[in-house]
Amino acid sequence: MITDQPIVQAIALTLAQAAVLICVSPAIVGLINKVKARLQCRQGASIFQPYADLKKLFGKQPVVSTTTSWIFTATPYIVFASTVTAGLLVPVFASQMPLNFAGNIIAFVYLLALGTFFLILAGLDAGSSFGGMGSSREAIVASLTEPAMIMAIFAIALTAGSTNLSTIVHKTALLEGIVTDPSPHLMALAAVFIVALAETGRVPVDNPATHLELTMIHEAMVLEYSGRYLALLEWASAIKLLVFLTLIANVFAPWGIATRLTPVTLSIGLAVYLVKVAGLALLIGTIECMFAKLRLFRVTDLLGVAFILALLGLLFLYMLRG
Amino acid sequence: MAISLCFMLVSYAAGLLFPLCVPARPKVQNLMAHGLAAFGSLGGIGLGIVGLLAPDPLTMSIPSTLPLLTFAVRLDPLSSFFLLTISLIGLAASIYAMGYVTELYGRVSIALLGSLFNGFLLSMTLVTLADNGFFFLIGWELMSLISYFLVVSEHEKADVRYAGLFYLIMTHVGTAFIVLTFLLLFQGSGSFSFDAFRHPDQPLPDGIRTMAFVLALVGFGTKAGIVPLHVWLPYAHPAAPSHISALMSGVMIKTAIYALLRVYFDFFGGQFPWWWGFVVLVIGAVSALLGVMYALMEHDLKSLLAYHSVENIGIILLGIGAGMIFHSYDLDELAALGLIAGLYHTINHAVFKALLFFGAGSLLYATHTRNMEDYGGLLRRMPWTGAFFLIGAVSIAALPPTNGFVSEWLVFQSLFLSYQMPSLLMKLMLPIAAAMLALTGVLALTCFAKAFGISFLALPRTSHAKHAEEVPWTMRIGMGVLSAACIALGLAPMLVVPIMDRVTASMIGTSIADKMLALDGWALAPVNVEFSSLSSPALGLVLAATAALGLALVAFYGGTSPRRHSRTWACGVNLTPRMEYTATGFVQPIKRVFSTIYQPTVKLETEFLEESRYFAKRRRFEFHIEPMFQTYFYDPVIAFMSGLADRMRIVQGGSLHLYLAYMFVTLVMLLLVAL
Repeated sequence: MITDQPIVQAIALTLAQAAVLICVSPAIVGLINKVKARLQCRQGASIFQPYADLKKLFGKQPVVSTTTSWIFTATPYIVFASTVTAGLLVPVFASQMPLNFAGNIIAFVYLLALGTFFLILAGLDAGSSFGGMGSSREAIVASLTEPAMIMAIFAIALTAGSTNLSTIVHKTALLEGIVTDPSPHLMALAAVFIVALAETGRVPVDNPATHLELTMIHEAMVLEYSGRYLALLEWASAIKLLVFLTLIANVFAPWGIATRLTPVTLSIGLAVYLVKVAGLALLIGTIECMFAKLRLFRVTDLLGVAFILALLGLLFLYMLRG
Repeated sequence: MAISLCFMLVSYAAGLLFPLCVPARPKVQNLMAHGLAAFGSLGGIGLGIVGLLAPDPLTMSIPSTLPLLTFAVRLDPLSSFFLLTISLIGLAASIYAMGYVTELYGRVSIALLGSLFNGFLLSMTLVTLADNGFFFLIGWELMSLISYFLVVSEHEKADVRYAGLFYLIMTHVGTAFIVLTFLLLFQGSGSFSFDAFRHPDQPLPDGIRTMAFVLALVGFGTKAGIVPLHVWLPYAHPAAPSHISALMSGVMIKTAIYALLRVYFDFFGGQFPWWWGFVVLVIGAVSALLGVMYALMEHDLKSLLAYHSVENIGIILLGIGAGMIFHSYDLDELAALGLIAGLYHTINHAVFKALLFFGAGSLLYATHTRNMEDYGGLLRRMPWTGAFFLIGAVSIAALPPTNGFVSEWLVFQSLFLSYQMPSLLMKLMLPIAAAMLALTGVLALTCFAKAFGISFLALPRTSHAKHAEEVPWTMRIGMGVLSAACIALGLAPMLVVPIMDRVTASMIGTSIADKMLALDGWALAPVNVEFSSLSSPALGLVLAATAALGLALVAFYGGTSPRRHSRTWACGVNLTPRMEYTATGFVQPIKRVFSTIYQPTVKLETEFLEESRYFAKRRRFEFHIEPMFQTYFYDPVIAFMSGLADRMRIVQGGSLHLYLAYMFVTLVMLLLVAL
C-alpha cells in the first residue's frame, strides 16, 4: 500500500513516530525493572531512571581499547540507525505510515540483522574472550529466531493480503479480511512473542541484568563499550525492545490505532498505544520474575518450538480457508 | 554488433597469442595479457549492451567443413545478459590480475597464465554466444579444460594436483550428461543448430523430454555446483590463483545457469509440468542451506567462499524454480518475477563473489596463507582491502541496502506469492522454502561475521598477519570497481529491473517492468502493489538520516570529551592473540546445534604431569566434520570403480599371444554375427 499523503504531513508523521519510539523506549525498560523490583518485594528505582543513566553515560569520557579499529566506534551509530529505521516500518500510533512503501516484514528483519552483524563484529574487535563469546552466542540465537519470525508474520500477512506491516495493521484495524477462527493468529502470536524475547535479550533467553560470563549474550558483546558509545547502544536496545512490543501490540491487536489522521484519533491512538505497550512490559517483567534463564543449548529447543508454531499457524490458515 | 564482436574476439585472441611470443619478461607479459583481456572485456560489455537494446536477436553464422557444425552466434537478451555479466567481472579481474600476478613472478609462467586467462574469458563468451550444439560443446569443453589448466597453475603442490584431477573428472562426468542431452534433442530435430532444437520436426515424446530435463539438470548442475554434485568446488576454486577463482566462482558456474535457462525455456519453449520446477526448487533450497552450513565450518577463506557459491547458486535456483512452477500454472507475471529474482541474484552474486575472492587474494598476497586462524588485526594494516571486503561481506549477507539484499528480497516475494497457486502442496512448500532461505540468510550473516571478524579485527594472530601491508593500487582498483557495483546494484534496482525484464520477456513473453516499479521507480512492488514493496534508496536515505540523528544526539548531550585509549581488560594479564576467540570457537554453538548434519567427531588427548593428574602438560584437540556426500556417495562409487578396474586388469595379460587370441575371437564372433 502506498499512501498519497502530502509530503509535509508524511515527514511530520515519520518524525513523530521516530520521536515516540526514541523518547518512550527508556521508560519501558524502567517499567520492566520496576515491575521486577516490586515482584521481588523491593521498592526499585523510578521508571524514569534509564533516562538519567543515559544522560550520565553521554557525559562520560569513553575509553576505547587500543586493539580496536574503526568498526568499534562506528558500530553504535549503525546499530542505532538500523534499529530506528526498522522501527519506522512498524506503525506505532497511526496505521498509515508514510514509510510503508520503503519495506515489508523482510526488510524489517534484515534491517535488524544489519545491526546484529555489526554488533557481532564489535564484540570480536576488542580481542577479549568475553566479546567473542557474546558474538558467537548472539549469532546462533539470531540464526534460529529469524526464520520463525518471518514464518509467523507470513501467516498473518496472508489474512491481510500484504506483507507490509502498516497495511496489515490498517486492514486488521478496519476489520477487513478477518478469519472467523483465530487459531492461526494465536499460534503466530506465541511464536512472535518467543522471538521477541530472544531478539531483545530477555529471560529466558538472555538476562539483561547479569554480567556473569557463563550466561551473558548481549551484555558480553557490548562489554568493552563505555561513555557515549554505550549510551547509544543501550538506547538502541531499548528501542529494539519497544519496536518488538509495538509489533506484537499492533499486528495482533491493532484496535484503537488511528486509522485516519485527525487530532482526536491521533491522541486516542497514542494513548491506547502507550497502554498496550505498558501492558506488554508488565507481562515481560512478570515472566522475568517467574522463569529462570535457560541454558544456551536449551534455548534452541524454545526457538524450534516458535518455528513449529509459526509453521502450524500457516498450515491451519490454509486448512481453514479450504 | 559485428564491430564489437570483432573487437572482442581480436583482443582476446591477441591476448591468447602475444604473451607467448614476447621474450621472457614477466612484467611485459603481464601487462600485455591482462591489458588485452581488459580491452576484450570492454568489447564484451559493448556487445552485451548492444544485444540487450536490440529489438530482435542478432545472428551471424560461418559454415564449417564438418557436418552438423556451424560457427553460428546469436545474441538475444538472455545471452547478452550473461555476456555482460561475464565481461564486467572479466574487466575487474583483468585490472586486479595486473597487480596480483606480480606475486607469482618466477614461480609460474606468466606468459602461459596470462594467455590462458584470455582463453578462459574467450571460451566463456563463446558458450553464451553459441547458436549450435556442437559449437556450444566446443566452447564448453574449452572452458572446462582451460579452467583445469588454470587450477593447476601451482602444480608443484600435491593438493593442487589432487584438486585439479578431482575437478577434471567431475566436469567431464557433467559434460557426458550434457552431450546426452543434446543427442536426445537431436532425435527430434535432426540437426544440432539451436533453431532446430527450438522448433523440432516432430515433437519429442514426454518420456524423452523428462529424460532430457534430468540429464541437463545433472550435466549443467555439476558445473553449477548443486548439492550433491558440489564436491569439486571447495577443492578446485581455492587451488586456482585468486583472480581465476573469482572468475570460476563468480561467472563460470553461471554459464550453467545460462544453459539451464536456455534448455528449459528456449528449447522446450517453457512447456513443462509443475514438478520440473519443484525439483529445481528443492535442489535450490537444499543447496542454499547445505552450502552455507559447510561454509560455516570452513576456515580456509577461499574454500569458505567456494561453499558460498554453492549457497548462492541455490538461491538463484530458488528464484528460477519458483518461476518454473508459476509458469507451469500459467501465472506468467509471477513466473517473470521469479526469473527476474534469479537473474538479479546471478549478477549480484557474480559481483560480490568476485569482490570477496579478490579480497581473499589480497590477504593471500599480503600474508601468504589462506587459513583464517592465522589472520587477525588486518583492518588496521590493510584499510582499503578491509573496507572493500566488508562491503562484499555485507552484500553477500544480504543486508540492506546492498545488492544482495534486493535480489534475496525478490526471491522471498516470489516464494511468498505462492498463495495464488491452485495446488495446496505448492502453497505450503514454497513458504517452507522461504523459511529455509531465511535460515540460509542468517547463517550467511554469521559466516561472514566470522570471516571478517576473525580475519580483520582484534590482534594479529601470527607474524605473517602482523607484517602484512596494503596491496598494490591495481588490485585495489579491481576491488573498488566491484564494491561500487555492489552499492549501485543495491541502490538503483529501478535501473536494473527493466533490463532483467527484457530478458525474461524474451523467455516467457510477459513483460512486467511497469508492474514491478511504483512511485516513479523509487519503489519495487512486485506484481501486486498491495502485497509488498521495497525501496532500497529510501531505506539507504533513512539509515543515513538516523545515523546522523545518532551523531546529533551525541553532540546534543555533550558527548564531546576526547576518547581515552587503553588496553582491553584481560583479567589482569596482558592481552595476547591466544586469548582471542578463534574461528573454530566462534562456530562451535552452531556445530553443536546442527550436529545431525555435521556429525562432528572430536578427539581430545591430554598428557598429564607425572606428579599430579590435576595438571595437564600437553593437550591435543582435533575435530572433524563428516563430509557426508563424500563418505556415503562418492567414496563408495570410487571404490566400486577402482574395484571394477582391478578386475578388468585380468584381461590385460601383457602377453602378445593373448592379444592376438582376442583379435581372432572377436573376428570370428563378428563373422558369426554377420552371417
